[in-house]
Amino acid sequence: MGVAAESGFSNDRRLMLARQITAVENDTAAGRIALDETFKKAGKAILIGITGAPGTGKSSLVNQLTSYLRSEKKLTVGIVAVDPSSPFTGGAILGDRVRMRDLSGDDGVFIRSMASRGALGGLALATAGVVQLLDAAGYDVVMIETVGAGQSEVEIARLAHTTLVVEAPGFGDDIQAIKAGILEIADILVLNKADLPGVESTERALKANLEMGYPMGINGKAGHQQSIEKQDEITGWHPPVVKTVATRGTGMKDLVEAIFKHQEYIKGSGTLSARNKERLKIEFEYLLKHRLFTDWQRNHTQQEIEQALIKIYSRQLSPQQALDQLI
Amino acid sequence: MTERKIRVLVAKPGLDGHDRGAKVVARALRDAGMEVIYTGLRQTPEMVAEAALQEDVDIVGLSILSGAHLVLVPRIVELVRKNGQKDVVIFVGGIIPDEDVAALLDAGVSAVYGPGTSTVKIVEDVKQFTIKR
Repeated sequence: MGVAAESGFSNDRRLMLARQITAVENDTAAGRIALDETFKKAGKAILIGITGAPGTGKSSLVNQLTSYLRSEKKLTVGIVAVDPSSPFTGGAILGDRVRMRDLSGDDGVFIRSMASRGALGGLALATAGVVQLLDAAGYDVVMIETVGAGQSEVEIARLAHTTLVVEAPGFGDDIQAIKAGILEIADILVLNKADLPGVESTERALKANLEMGYPMGINGKAGHQQSIEKQDEITGWHPPVVKTVATRGTGMKDLVEAIFKHQEYIKGSGTLSARNKERLKIEFEYLLKHRLFTDWQRNHTQQEIEQALIKIYSRQLSPQQALDQLI
Repeated sequence: MTERKIRVLVAKPGLDGHDRGAKVVARALRDAGMEVIYTGLRQTPEMVAEAALQEDVDIVGLSILSGAHLVLVPRIVELVRKNGQKDVVIFVGGIIPDEDVAALLDAGVSAVYGPGTSTVKIVEDVKQFTIKR
Protein backbone atom coordinates (compact mmCIF):
# COMPACT_ATOMS: atom_id res chain seq x y z
CA MET A 1 0.00 0.00 0.00
CA GLY A 2 2.61 2.52 -1.08
CA VAL A 3 0.22 5.26 -2.12
CA ALA A 4 -1.87 4.68 0.97
CA ALA A 5 0.84 5.83 3.30
CA GLU A 6 1.16 9.15 1.45
CA SER A 7 -2.52 9.97 1.37
CA GLY A 8 -2.92 10.25 5.13
CA PHE A 9 -6.40 8.75 5.32
CA SER A 10 -5.99 6.25 8.15
CA ASN A 11 -8.47 3.45 8.73
CA ASP A 12 -9.78 5.20 11.85
CA ARG A 13 -10.46 8.39 9.94
CA ARG A 14 -12.14 6.48 7.14
CA LEU A 15 -14.32 4.51 9.54
CA MET A 16 -15.41 7.75 11.20
CA LEU A 17 -16.18 9.22 7.78
CA ALA A 18 -18.14 6.12 6.76
CA ARG A 19 -20.23 6.34 9.92
CA GLN A 20 -20.85 10.06 9.48
CA ILE A 21 -22.06 9.35 5.94
CA THR A 22 -24.53 6.79 7.29
CA ALA A 23 -25.78 9.30 9.84
CA VAL A 24 -26.28 11.94 7.15
CA GLU A 25 -28.04 9.42 4.89
CA ASN A 26 -30.42 8.54 7.71
CA ASP A 27 -30.90 12.21 8.65
CA THR A 28 -30.14 11.58 12.33
CA ALA A 29 -29.20 14.18 14.93
CA ALA A 30 -25.56 13.06 14.66
CA GLY A 31 -25.74 13.49 10.90
CA ARG A 32 -26.97 17.06 11.25
CA ILE A 33 -24.21 17.89 13.69
CA ALA A 34 -21.66 16.39 11.25
CA LEU A 35 -23.02 18.59 8.45
CA ASP A 36 -22.93 21.72 10.62
CA GLU A 37 -19.38 20.99 11.74
CA THR A 38 -18.00 20.23 8.27
CA PHE A 39 -19.75 23.05 6.42
CA LYS A 40 -16.99 25.61 6.93
CA LYS A 41 -14.25 23.17 5.96
CA ALA A 42 -15.95 22.14 2.71
CA GLY A 43 -15.83 23.99 -0.58
CA LYS A 44 -12.27 23.11 -1.58
CA ALA A 45 -12.78 19.96 -3.64
CA ILE A 46 -13.34 19.79 -7.38
CA LEU A 47 -16.83 18.29 -7.81
CA ILE A 48 -17.23 16.22 -10.97
CA GLY A 49 -20.65 14.85 -11.93
CA ILE A 50 -21.00 11.81 -14.16
CA THR A 51 -24.36 11.07 -15.73
CA GLY A 52 -25.73 9.25 -18.78
CA ALA A 53 -28.00 6.34 -19.67
CA PRO A 54 -27.52 2.92 -18.04
CA GLY A 55 -24.89 0.88 -19.83
CA THR A 56 -22.97 3.79 -21.32
CA GLY A 57 -20.04 3.02 -19.00
CA LYS A 58 -20.28 5.57 -16.20
CA SER A 59 -18.79 3.35 -13.49
CA SER A 60 -15.97 2.13 -15.73
CA LEU A 61 -15.21 5.73 -16.61
CA VAL A 62 -15.11 6.72 -12.92
CA ASN A 63 -12.74 3.80 -12.35
CA GLN A 64 -10.29 4.84 -15.09
CA LEU A 65 -10.59 8.57 -14.47
CA THR A 66 -9.81 8.03 -10.78
CA SER A 67 -6.86 5.76 -11.59
CA TYR A 68 -5.49 8.47 -13.87
CA LEU A 69 -5.98 11.27 -11.32
CA ARG A 70 -4.26 9.16 -8.65
CA SER A 71 -1.25 8.09 -10.70
CA GLU A 72 -0.66 11.12 -12.95
CA LYS A 73 -1.95 14.04 -10.88
CA LYS A 74 -1.47 12.65 -7.36
CA LEU A 75 -4.94 13.81 -6.36
CA THR A 76 -7.04 12.00 -3.75
CA VAL A 77 -10.55 11.09 -4.86
CA GLY A 78 -13.87 10.54 -3.09
CA ILE A 79 -16.60 8.80 -5.08
CA VAL A 80 -20.35 8.79 -4.44
CA ALA A 81 -22.15 6.31 -6.69
CA VAL A 82 -25.95 6.44 -6.66
CA ASP A 83 -28.10 3.48 -7.75
CA PRO A 84 -31.90 3.28 -7.69
CA SER A 85 -34.03 2.09 -4.75
CA SER A 86 -37.05 -0.06 -5.47
CA PRO A 87 -40.18 2.10 -5.22
CA PHE A 88 -42.04 -0.94 -3.86
CA THR A 89 -39.77 -2.44 -1.20
CA GLY A 90 -37.27 0.37 -0.64
CA GLY A 91 -34.48 -2.15 -1.20
CA ALA A 92 -31.60 -1.63 -3.59
CA ILE A 93 -28.74 -3.43 -5.26
CA LEU A 94 -25.75 -1.12 -5.32
CA GLY A 95 -23.41 -2.52 -7.94
CA ASP A 96 -21.14 0.32 -9.01
CA ARG A 97 -18.17 -1.06 -7.08
CA VAL A 98 -18.04 -4.05 -9.46
CA ARG A 99 -16.48 -1.80 -12.12
CA MET A 100 -14.22 0.01 -9.66
CA ARG A 101 -12.12 -2.91 -8.44
CA ASP A 102 -8.89 -1.33 -9.72
CA LEU A 103 -9.27 1.33 -7.03
CA SER A 104 -9.17 -0.98 -4.03
CA GLY A 105 -6.12 -1.07 -1.82
CA ASP A 106 -5.56 2.68 -2.25
CA ASP A 107 -6.35 4.76 0.84
CA GLY A 108 -6.40 7.87 -1.31
CA VAL A 109 -9.69 6.72 -2.80
CA PHE A 110 -12.95 6.45 -0.86
CA ILE A 111 -15.94 4.87 -2.61
CA ARG A 112 -19.42 5.08 -1.17
CA SER A 113 -22.52 3.55 -2.78
CA MET A 114 -25.82 5.30 -2.15
CA ALA A 115 -29.38 4.22 -2.84
CA SER A 116 -31.62 6.93 -4.29
CA ARG A 117 -34.26 6.26 -1.57
CA GLY A 118 -37.18 7.52 -3.59
CA ALA A 119 -35.65 10.77 -4.79
CA LEU A 120 -36.02 11.57 -8.48
CA GLY A 121 -33.48 13.40 -10.58
CA GLY A 122 -30.67 10.85 -10.35
CA LEU A 123 -29.38 11.64 -6.85
CA ALA A 124 -30.51 10.83 -3.32
CA LEU A 125 -31.72 13.61 -1.02
CA ALA A 126 -28.61 13.23 1.12
CA THR A 127 -26.11 13.15 -1.77
CA ALA A 128 -25.13 16.81 -1.39
CA GLY A 129 -24.49 16.21 2.31
CA VAL A 130 -22.33 13.17 1.61
CA VAL A 131 -20.35 15.14 -0.97
CA GLN A 132 -19.80 17.84 1.65
CA LEU A 133 -18.42 15.27 4.11
CA LEU A 134 -15.94 13.89 1.53
CA ASP A 135 -14.94 17.43 0.55
CA ALA A 136 -14.37 18.45 4.17
CA ALA A 137 -12.50 15.21 4.88
CA GLY A 138 -9.87 16.47 2.44
CA TYR A 139 -10.40 14.57 -0.81
CA ASP A 140 -9.12 16.77 -3.65
CA VAL A 141 -11.72 15.57 -6.12
CA VAL A 142 -15.22 14.28 -5.42
CA MET A 143 -16.95 12.36 -8.20
CA ILE A 144 -20.69 11.91 -8.16
CA GLU A 145 -22.12 9.17 -10.35
CA THR A 146 -25.88 9.43 -10.89
CA VAL A 147 -28.48 6.67 -11.12
CA GLY A 148 -28.40 6.82 -14.90
CA ALA A 149 -32.11 6.62 -15.55
CA GLY A 150 -31.83 9.04 -18.41
CA GLN A 151 -33.30 12.25 -19.61
CA SER A 152 -34.37 14.03 -16.44
CA GLU A 153 -31.20 13.78 -14.40
CA VAL A 154 -30.49 17.45 -14.08
CA GLU A 155 -29.95 17.63 -10.31
CA ILE A 156 -26.33 16.71 -10.86
CA ALA A 157 -25.65 19.93 -12.77
CA ARG A 158 -26.60 21.90 -9.67
CA LEU A 159 -24.34 19.89 -7.40
CA ALA A 160 -21.26 19.37 -9.57
CA HIS A 161 -18.85 22.00 -10.88
CA THR A 162 -18.11 20.04 -14.04
CA THR A 163 -20.76 17.68 -15.39
CA LEU A 164 -19.78 14.88 -17.74
CA VAL A 165 -22.58 13.39 -19.81
CA VAL A 166 -21.59 9.93 -21.00
CA GLU A 167 -22.92 8.70 -24.34
CA ALA A 168 -22.14 5.57 -26.31
CA PRO A 169 -22.74 4.51 -29.91
CA GLY A 170 -26.13 2.91 -30.53
CA PHE A 171 -28.08 4.87 -27.93
CA GLY A 172 -30.54 6.59 -30.20
CA ASP A 173 -30.56 8.88 -33.20
CA ASP A 174 -30.08 12.62 -33.60
CA ILE A 175 -33.59 13.33 -32.27
CA GLN A 176 -32.49 11.93 -28.91
CA ALA A 177 -29.61 14.33 -29.08
CA ILE A 178 -31.78 17.44 -29.49
CA LYS A 179 -34.30 16.55 -26.79
CA ALA A 180 -34.15 18.88 -23.85
CA GLY A 181 -32.62 17.73 -20.61
CA ILE A 182 -29.55 15.71 -20.18
CA LEU A 183 -27.43 16.97 -23.08
CA GLU A 184 -28.10 20.54 -22.05
CA ILE A 185 -26.41 20.04 -18.70
CA ALA A 186 -23.18 18.68 -20.20
CA ASP A 187 -20.04 20.69 -19.59
CA ILE A 188 -18.16 17.91 -21.33
CA LEU A 189 -19.68 15.21 -23.54
CA VAL A 190 -17.91 11.89 -23.20
CA LEU A 191 -18.39 9.55 -26.12
CA ASN A 192 -17.47 6.27 -24.49
CA LYS A 193 -17.04 2.86 -26.16
CA ALA A 194 -15.39 4.76 -28.99
CA ASP A 195 -14.01 1.50 -30.36
CA LEU A 196 -17.50 0.31 -31.33
CA PRO A 197 -18.95 0.59 -34.83
CA GLY A 198 -21.22 3.59 -35.28
CA VAL A 199 -19.03 5.93 -33.26
CA GLU A 200 -18.63 8.37 -36.19
CA SER A 201 -22.36 8.90 -36.64
CA THR A 202 -22.91 9.33 -32.91
CA GLU A 203 -20.08 11.85 -32.79
CA ARG A 204 -21.56 13.74 -35.75
CA ALA A 205 -25.00 13.85 -34.10
CA LEU A 206 -23.57 15.12 -30.82
CA LYS A 207 -21.43 17.77 -32.48
CA ALA A 208 -24.26 18.93 -34.72
CA ASN A 209 -26.43 19.29 -31.63
CA LEU A 210 -23.77 21.31 -29.86
CA GLU A 211 -23.34 23.64 -32.82
CA MET A 212 -27.09 24.25 -32.88
CA GLY A 213 -26.93 25.18 -29.24
CA TYR A 214 -24.07 27.60 -29.82
CA PRO A 215 -24.79 29.31 -33.17
CA MET A 216 -22.05 31.87 -32.53
CA GLY A 217 -19.68 28.98 -32.06
CA ILE A 218 -17.39 26.90 -34.12
CA ASN A 219 -19.51 26.82 -37.30
CA GLY A 220 -17.76 24.43 -39.57
CA LYS A 221 -14.36 25.13 -38.10
CA ALA A 222 -14.57 22.29 -35.61
CA GLY A 223 -11.14 21.03 -34.75
CA HIS A 224 -9.48 24.38 -35.42
CA GLN A 225 -8.11 24.96 -31.96
CA GLN A 226 -7.44 28.68 -32.17
CA SER A 227 -10.90 29.64 -33.36
CA ILE A 228 -12.51 27.55 -30.64
CA GLU A 229 -10.56 29.31 -27.93
CA LYS A 230 -11.31 32.73 -29.33
CA GLN A 231 -15.01 31.92 -29.39
CA ASP A 232 -14.84 30.78 -25.78
CA GLU A 233 -13.95 34.30 -24.72
CA ILE A 234 -16.89 35.78 -26.56
CA THR A 235 -19.71 33.33 -26.02
CA GLY A 236 -18.71 31.25 -23.02
CA TRP A 237 -17.97 27.57 -22.71
CA HIS A 238 -18.45 25.17 -25.62
CA PRO A 239 -18.81 21.61 -24.36
CA PRO A 240 -16.20 19.50 -26.11
CA VAL A 241 -16.82 15.92 -27.21
CA VAL A 242 -14.13 13.64 -25.77
CA LYS A 243 -13.84 10.07 -27.07
CA THR A 244 -12.92 7.35 -24.57
CA VAL A 245 -12.74 3.59 -24.18
CA ALA A 246 -13.24 3.33 -20.43
CA THR A 247 -12.56 -0.39 -20.15
CA ARG A 248 -9.04 0.19 -21.49
CA GLY A 249 -8.37 3.67 -20.12
CA THR A 250 -8.11 5.23 -23.58
CA GLY A 251 -8.75 8.97 -23.70
CA MET A 252 -8.28 9.70 -19.99
CA LYS A 253 -5.53 12.25 -20.62
CA ASP A 254 -7.79 14.21 -23.00
CA LEU A 255 -10.69 13.97 -20.58
CA VAL A 256 -8.70 15.21 -17.59
CA GLU A 257 -7.34 18.10 -19.69
CA ALA A 258 -10.90 19.02 -20.68
CA ILE A 259 -12.00 18.88 -17.03
CA PHE A 260 -9.14 21.13 -15.88
CA LYS A 261 -9.82 23.53 -18.73
CA HIS A 262 -13.45 23.72 -17.67
CA GLN A 263 -12.40 24.30 -14.05
CA GLU A 264 -10.29 27.26 -15.17
CA TYR A 265 -13.15 28.59 -17.23
CA ILE A 266 -15.74 28.46 -14.43
CA LYS A 267 -13.33 30.05 -11.98
CA GLY A 268 -12.38 32.84 -14.38
CA SER A 269 -15.89 33.60 -15.57
CA GLY A 270 -17.61 33.66 -12.18
CA THR A 271 -19.71 30.64 -13.11
CA LEU A 272 -18.31 28.66 -10.18
CA SER A 273 -19.37 31.09 -7.51
CA ALA A 274 -22.75 31.59 -9.21
CA ARG A 275 -23.32 27.82 -9.26
CA ASN A 276 -22.29 27.45 -5.63
CA LYS A 277 -24.63 30.25 -4.56
CA GLU A 278 -27.54 28.78 -6.53
CA ARG A 279 -26.99 25.36 -4.99
CA LEU A 280 -26.78 26.69 -1.43
CA LYS A 281 -29.90 28.76 -2.02
CA ILE A 282 -31.83 25.70 -3.19
CA GLU A 283 -30.58 23.69 -0.23
CA PHE A 284 -31.55 26.46 2.17
CA GLU A 285 -35.04 26.73 0.66
CA TYR A 286 -35.48 22.98 0.82
CA LEU A 287 -34.51 22.91 4.50
CA LEU A 288 -36.80 25.86 5.17
CA LYS A 289 -39.80 24.07 3.64
CA HIS A 290 -38.91 20.90 5.52
CA ARG A 291 -38.51 22.71 8.84
CA LEU A 292 -41.74 24.70 8.45
CA PHE A 293 -43.60 21.54 7.54
CA THR A 294 -42.32 19.58 10.57
CA ASP A 295 -43.07 22.52 12.87
CA TRP A 296 -46.55 22.80 11.45
CA GLN A 297 -47.08 19.07 11.84
CA ARG A 298 -46.00 19.24 15.47
CA ASN A 299 -48.55 21.99 16.19
CA HIS A 300 -51.49 20.07 14.76
CA THR A 301 -52.97 16.82 15.97
CA GLN A 302 -53.26 13.88 13.65
CA GLN A 303 -57.01 14.18 14.14
CA GLU A 304 -57.16 17.74 12.79
CA ILE A 305 -55.23 16.72 9.72
CA GLU A 306 -57.39 13.63 9.16
CA GLN A 307 -60.57 15.65 9.45
CA ALA A 308 -59.33 18.07 6.83
CA LEU A 309 -58.46 15.14 4.58
CA ILE A 310 -61.95 13.63 5.02
CA LYS A 311 -63.47 16.90 3.84
CA ILE A 312 -61.18 16.82 0.84
CA TYR A 313 -61.96 13.17 0.06
CA SER A 314 -65.69 13.88 0.11
CA ARG A 315 -65.09 16.97 -2.02
CA GLN A 316 -66.67 19.34 0.51
CA LEU A 317 -63.49 21.40 0.47
CA SER A 318 -60.78 21.82 -2.10
CA PRO A 319 -57.24 21.16 -0.85
CA GLN A 320 -56.65 24.96 -0.91
CA GLN A 321 -59.77 25.65 1.18
CA ALA A 322 -58.85 22.98 3.70
CA LEU A 323 -55.42 24.55 4.05
CA ASP A 324 -56.98 27.98 4.62
CA GLN A 325 -58.99 26.53 7.50
CA LEU A 326 -55.99 24.82 9.08
CA ILE A 327 -53.39 27.58 8.86
CA MET B 1 -37.37 10.98 9.38
CA THR B 2 -35.91 8.30 7.18
CA GLU B 3 -36.04 4.82 8.73
CA ARG B 4 -32.77 3.09 9.48
CA LYS B 5 -31.91 1.01 6.41
CA ILE B 6 -30.12 -2.30 6.77
CA ARG B 7 -26.97 -2.23 4.63
CA VAL B 8 -25.49 -5.56 3.56
CA LEU B 9 -22.28 -6.29 1.66
CA VAL B 10 -22.52 -9.41 -0.50
CA ALA B 11 -19.04 -10.45 -1.57
CA LYS B 12 -17.38 -13.26 -3.51
CA PRO B 13 -13.91 -13.76 -2.09
CA GLY B 14 -11.55 -16.20 -3.78
CA LEU B 15 -11.17 -17.55 -7.24
CA ASP B 16 -14.37 -19.37 -8.16
CA GLY B 17 -16.40 -17.64 -10.82
CA HIS B 18 -19.90 -18.70 -9.84
CA ASP B 19 -22.02 -15.88 -8.50
CA ARG B 20 -25.56 -17.15 -9.11
CA GLY B 21 -25.98 -17.94 -5.42
CA ALA B 22 -24.64 -14.55 -4.33
CA LYS B 23 -26.98 -12.80 -6.74
CA VAL B 24 -30.02 -14.79 -5.58
CA VAL B 25 -29.27 -13.88 -1.96
CA ALA B 26 -28.61 -10.23 -2.90
CA ARG B 27 -31.92 -10.10 -4.72
CA ALA B 28 -33.82 -11.64 -1.79
CA LEU B 29 -32.33 -9.12 0.64
CA ARG B 30 -33.20 -6.32 -1.74
CA ASP B 31 -36.78 -7.52 -1.95
CA ALA B 32 -36.85 -7.48 1.85
CA GLY B 33 -36.12 -3.74 1.69
CA MET B 34 -32.39 -3.81 2.40
CA GLU B 35 -29.61 -1.96 0.61
CA VAL B 36 -27.23 -4.53 -0.80
CA ILE B 37 -23.76 -3.62 -1.99
CA TYR B 38 -22.50 -6.16 -4.50
CA THR B 39 -18.80 -6.06 -5.34
CA GLY B 40 -18.36 -8.69 -8.04
CA LEU B 41 -16.17 -11.74 -8.46
CA ARG B 42 -12.68 -12.63 -7.25
CA GLN B 43 -12.27 -10.33 -4.29
CA THR B 44 -9.30 -10.55 -1.95
CA PRO B 45 -9.99 -10.50 1.81
CA GLU B 46 -8.50 -6.98 1.84
CA MET B 47 -10.94 -5.80 -0.84
CA VAL B 48 -13.90 -7.22 1.10
CA ALA B 49 -12.82 -5.56 4.36
CA GLU B 50 -12.19 -2.26 2.62
CA ALA B 51 -15.65 -2.26 1.02
CA ALA B 52 -17.26 -3.14 4.37
CA LEU B 53 -15.47 -0.18 5.96
CA GLN B 54 -16.25 2.43 3.30
CA GLU B 55 -19.86 1.33 2.98
CA ASP B 56 -20.37 1.14 6.79
CA VAL B 57 -22.43 -2.02 6.43
CA ASP B 58 -24.31 -3.83 9.20
CA ILE B 59 -23.85 -7.28 7.67
CA VAL B 60 -21.31 -9.00 5.41
CA GLY B 61 -22.41 -12.07 3.42
CA LEU B 62 -19.64 -14.16 1.86
CA SER B 63 -20.28 -16.63 -0.94
CA ILE B 64 -17.55 -19.23 -1.48
CA LEU B 65 -17.71 -22.30 -3.71
CA SER B 66 -14.00 -22.84 -4.22
CA GLY B 67 -13.20 -24.78 -1.06
CA ALA B 68 -10.90 -22.06 0.26
CA HIS B 69 -13.29 -20.97 3.00
CA LEU B 70 -11.06 -22.09 5.89
CA VAL B 71 -8.35 -19.71 4.66
CA LEU B 72 -10.42 -16.80 3.36
CA VAL B 73 -13.14 -16.48 6.00
CA PRO B 74 -10.97 -16.19 9.16
CA ARG B 75 -8.78 -13.65 7.34
CA ILE B 76 -11.80 -11.51 6.41
CA VAL B 77 -13.23 -11.68 9.94
CA GLU B 78 -9.84 -10.62 11.31
CA LEU B 79 -9.47 -7.68 8.90
CA VAL B 80 -13.01 -6.41 9.50
CA ARG B 81 -12.50 -6.53 13.27
CA LYS B 82 -9.08 -4.89 12.98
CA ASN B 83 -10.68 -2.03 11.06
CA GLY B 84 -12.81 -1.31 14.11
CA GLN B 85 -16.05 -2.84 12.86
CA LYS B 86 -16.48 -4.98 15.95
CA ASP B 87 -20.22 -5.54 15.69
CA VAL B 88 -20.58 -6.21 11.96
CA VAL B 89 -22.24 -9.62 11.51
CA ILE B 90 -20.60 -11.96 9.00
CA PHE B 91 -22.31 -14.95 7.42
CA VAL B 92 -21.11 -17.48 4.85
CA GLY B 93 -22.91 -19.32 2.08
CA GLY B 94 -21.81 -21.84 -0.54
CA ILE B 95 -20.33 -25.29 -0.68
CA ILE B 96 -19.14 -25.79 2.89
CA PRO B 97 -18.62 -29.39 4.15
CA ASP B 98 -20.45 -30.08 7.42
CA GLU B 99 -17.20 -30.77 9.25
CA ASP B 100 -15.93 -27.24 8.47
CA VAL B 101 -18.96 -25.40 9.85
CA ALA B 102 -17.75 -25.46 13.47
CA ALA B 103 -14.38 -24.00 12.47
CA LEU B 104 -16.08 -21.11 10.67
CA LEU B 105 -18.38 -20.41 13.61
CA ASP B 106 -15.31 -20.45 15.87
CA ALA B 107 -13.64 -17.93 13.58
CA GLY B 108 -16.45 -15.46 14.36
CA VAL B 109 -19.01 -16.15 11.67
CA SER B 110 -22.67 -15.96 12.77
CA ALA B 111 -24.17 -18.47 10.34
CA VAL B 112 -23.24 -20.87 7.54
CA TYR B 113 -25.76 -21.61 4.77
CA GLY B 114 -25.37 -24.61 2.51
CA PRO B 115 -27.08 -25.42 -0.79
CA GLY B 116 -30.86 -25.58 -0.53
CA THR B 117 -31.19 -22.98 2.25
CA SER B 118 -34.34 -20.96 1.63
CA THR B 119 -33.86 -17.25 1.02
CA VAL B 120 -36.73 -16.66 3.46
CA LYS B 121 -34.59 -18.11 6.25
CA ILE B 122 -31.58 -15.98 5.29
CA VAL B 123 -33.70 -12.81 5.20
CA GLU B 124 -35.22 -13.61 8.61
CA ASP B 125 -31.80 -14.35 10.11
CA VAL B 126 -30.32 -11.13 8.74
CA LYS B 127 -33.16 -9.15 10.30
CA GLN B 128 -32.53 -10.90 13.63
CA PHE B 129 -28.77 -10.22 13.43
CA THR B 130 -29.48 -6.54 12.89
CA ILE B 131 -31.82 -6.33 15.88
CA LYS B 132 -29.27 -8.02 18.13
CA ARG B 133 -26.41 -5.71 17.10
